[in-house]
Amino acid sequence: MNDFILELDNISKSFPGVKALNKVKFSLRSREVHALIGENGAGKSTFIKIITGVHQPDSGDIFLFGKKVTFANPTVARDKGIAAIYQNTTCFPDMTVTENIFLGHEYVERRTNRILWKKMHERARELLRSIGSNIDPEEKMGSLSVAQQQMVEIAKALSQDAKILLMDEPTAALTNREAEELFAITRRLKEAGTSIIFISHRIEDIYKIADRVTIFRDGCYVGTWNISDITRDELIKLMVGREITTLFPKKQAKIGNELLRVERLYRAGVFADISFKLHEGEILGITGLIGSGRSEVAQAIFGIAPADGGQIFIENRAVKIDNPLKAIKLGIGYLPEDRQIQGLVLPFSIMENITLPVIEELSRRGWLHRTAEYIKAKELAELLRIKATSVFDRAYSLSGGNQQKIVVAKLLAARLKVLILDEPTKGIDVGSKAAIHEIMSDLACQGFGIIMISSEMPEVLGMSDRIIVMHEGRVTGEFDREEATQEKIMEAAITKRIHQRIAEVL
Amino acid sequence: MAEIILEKKSRILSFAKFRELGLLGFIIILAVFVQLRNPSFLTMENINDMIKNTAILSILSVGMMLVIITRGIDLSIGATLALAGMISALTVSSNPHMSPITTMLLGTAVGIVCGGIIGFLVSKTSILPIIATLGMMNVYRGLTYMVSNGRWVSANQMPASFKAIATGKILGINTLIFIAIVIYIVFFYFINYTRTGRQIYAVGSNPDSAKISGIDNEKILWMVYTIMGALAGLAGVLWVSKFASAQGDTAMGYEMNVIAACVLGGVNIAGGSGKISGIILGSLLLGILNNALPLVNVSPFWQQAIQGIIILVAVIINALVKRSVDRNNLIRRKI
Repeated sequence: MNDFILELDNISKSFPGVKALNKVKFSLRSREVHALIGENGAGKSTFIKIITGVHQPDSGDIFLFGKKVTFANPTVARDKGIAAIYQNTTCFPDMTVTENIFLGHEYVERRTNRILWKKMHERARELLRSIGSNIDPEEKMGSLSVAQQQMVEIAKALSQDAKILLMDEPTAALTNREAEELFAITRRLKEAGTSIIFISHRIEDIYKIADRVTIFRDGCYVGTWNISDITRDELIKLMVGREITTLFPKKQAKIGNELLRVERLYRAGVFADISFKLHEGEILGITGLIGSGRSEVAQAIFGIAPADGGQIFIENRAVKIDNPLKAIKLGIGYLPEDRQIQGLVLPFSIMENITLPVIEELSRRGWLHRTAEYIKAKELAELLRIKATSVFDRAYSLSGGNQQKIVVAKLLAARLKVLILDEPTKGIDVGSKAAIHEIMSDLACQGFGIIMISSEMPEVLGMSDRIIVMHEGRVTGEFDREEATQEKIMEAAITKRIHQRIAEVL
Repeated sequence: MAEIILEKKSRILSFAKFRELGLLGFIIILAVFVQLRNPSFLTMENINDMIKNTAILSILSVGMMLVIITRGIDLSIGATLALAGMISALTVSSNPHMSPITTMLLGTAVGIVCGGIIGFLVSKTSILPIIATLGMMNVYRGLTYMVSNGRWVSANQMPASFKAIATGKILGINTLIFIAIVIYIVFFYFINYTRTGRQIYAVGSNPDSAKISGIDNEKILWMVYTIMGALAGLAGVLWVSKFASAQGDTAMGYEMNVIAACVLGGVNIAGGSGKISGIILGSLLLGILNNALPLVNVSPFWQQAIQGIIILVAVIINALVKRSVDRNNLIRRKI
């Protein structure tokens, strides 16, 4: 029992509206690499923040070296020898490497509290050398590559003499070779006596580096295994876990002509080599983990952040889309992931929101035609069954589900052919979800081509005619409705690139 | 990997150098140009005058730089300056024997109270800095009229010892310039060699990360606005002494000059970066423009327009260079 250096028992944590962690447990042995895996939203990041004292658990106990402790804030956890490398490197881009390493525990002259820069630079250089990196410690953090920033983060953990090191998705932004270097360093740290909690989506990583593995699913503890006792298929199955029970009102629409074709779309550092087709009446699901570049592809097609290379064809005509207005004129509509920020003007009424994209058509010589606007808005609001007292209700007074319907109505007001829906049902209640799904299905039957970006596996499987899976900016899998399963999608979303694997075989 | 790092380093270095050297180069070119047109420009007397006029501006821009580094802005400093100046002038005119040092401390204390209130609003009630300082600007301006009943305190009401603050000398240097230099040195040490000073940068560079690193963001914010207030209060006393008059509309709109000096000096308005050497050059450039343009017979209306254009050009160049650096960083990331 007491060979655990860190133990968490029955930890629960809620945020307004979500139960992020529900009675999870975790134990870390001395000198082990313990992997923690789970899907998006399984609660891994919250869990890490509890260990590092950023969040405090609502209930449950933490034992460090057998003693019960509480981490009231990040400084307490750091003083007890816990260091973390966060998912998005939490660096200070305007400050030098040395400062990033020593922030919070600078070397100071005892009497005057003067910062001893020379000593810090030297020590920083030593630390970086010890992990095989020759980054200049006086350089600005913001000018380093992500891999180099990761090195600095590790050096930072070392500088704190961490006994326990948490790594949240450390390989997410690294190339294979850089990841190998990271593993070598991790092994060395382990031999030197550090215990490591390693969070990763990449199953390969876990088999390469971990001694034991713990799985979380939907904020709950699933189990802990020795890595040698569990196969990768079992792991994936346990991660996905659930049975698909929700019914989807998917009607089979007639698949018609090609509407949109994307060829070798590329944006520096974000995604590369994206090609797909979309037909009339088709729902194309794009899925992948957060950070896989799926939303960025959509934004490139819609002209928010145009691609650097590749081609977009609309009905077989090559087009250049460099701003959203152009995209709308070409018949592409985009429903952003964050409806409150990008999708709606909250203080506007339902009517004003719906007619916003077509305001030119509804006006004469610059004067708005209020009656026409009202008729149009009412028609769409009724079609989508928006629940409100009238179309003059303000958008902010509605529930999330109804707000989402307004955003969809907005898309329908403009005469579009291709709809891109980014997480159309994220954060809305079950009833509204079903309604949105039904609307999507109806729209497909009317001949719209729909691209649906979603992280929710049941939704992807239930609604899509075809599914594209992305991983780290590339397409790693493409499945027809019939052949797609949760396991196949998860495998494509977390494992090495298909193209690369093919290249290796050839 | 080694080659990449080396290549990168040289590029960044040249960028950092470019910022300050570019500014210095521009100042020199400007000076030479003006000198050719009007030989009275680079005389000892005129240079002394120019630097004296820049002293107050550059004292204020030190405080403004700290505020901007934390991603904030302070619009109230013109009003704080006027209020502190007015209160000190009124006090000194009714107590003619007050020592100049006490007067300066009084002005600074008024500024600390003013800045402290703004710091409280920004850090504890999370009102946006631009709103909080806009509101308090009007409050302080109103207070200035109230304490003076709308009247001026003019030169003949002020004792000679008070007016001598601006004209006197310490170690052969004009007092205003001397105070400015002391402030530079103190703050250079503060922001570069103390933990608290570095935390200001951390809070501005990445607030979320700063919190995770165990920095008390609220405390830092409160502190920078209080420092800003203190410097504005001190500047108020210097201002009133220099112009030998305290009025309700003293330094109206002067905060814009201060912000301009910071921006010219390379302080990133989005927070996180800024250097003392940069704002000295920025203030100096503004001071030279103010002094030199009349000397080469540019009409007063054009002067302001030219200043505005120069600020814009500096910011645009900065943005372009930053964008290309960011893009290069992205490209180096392989997918």
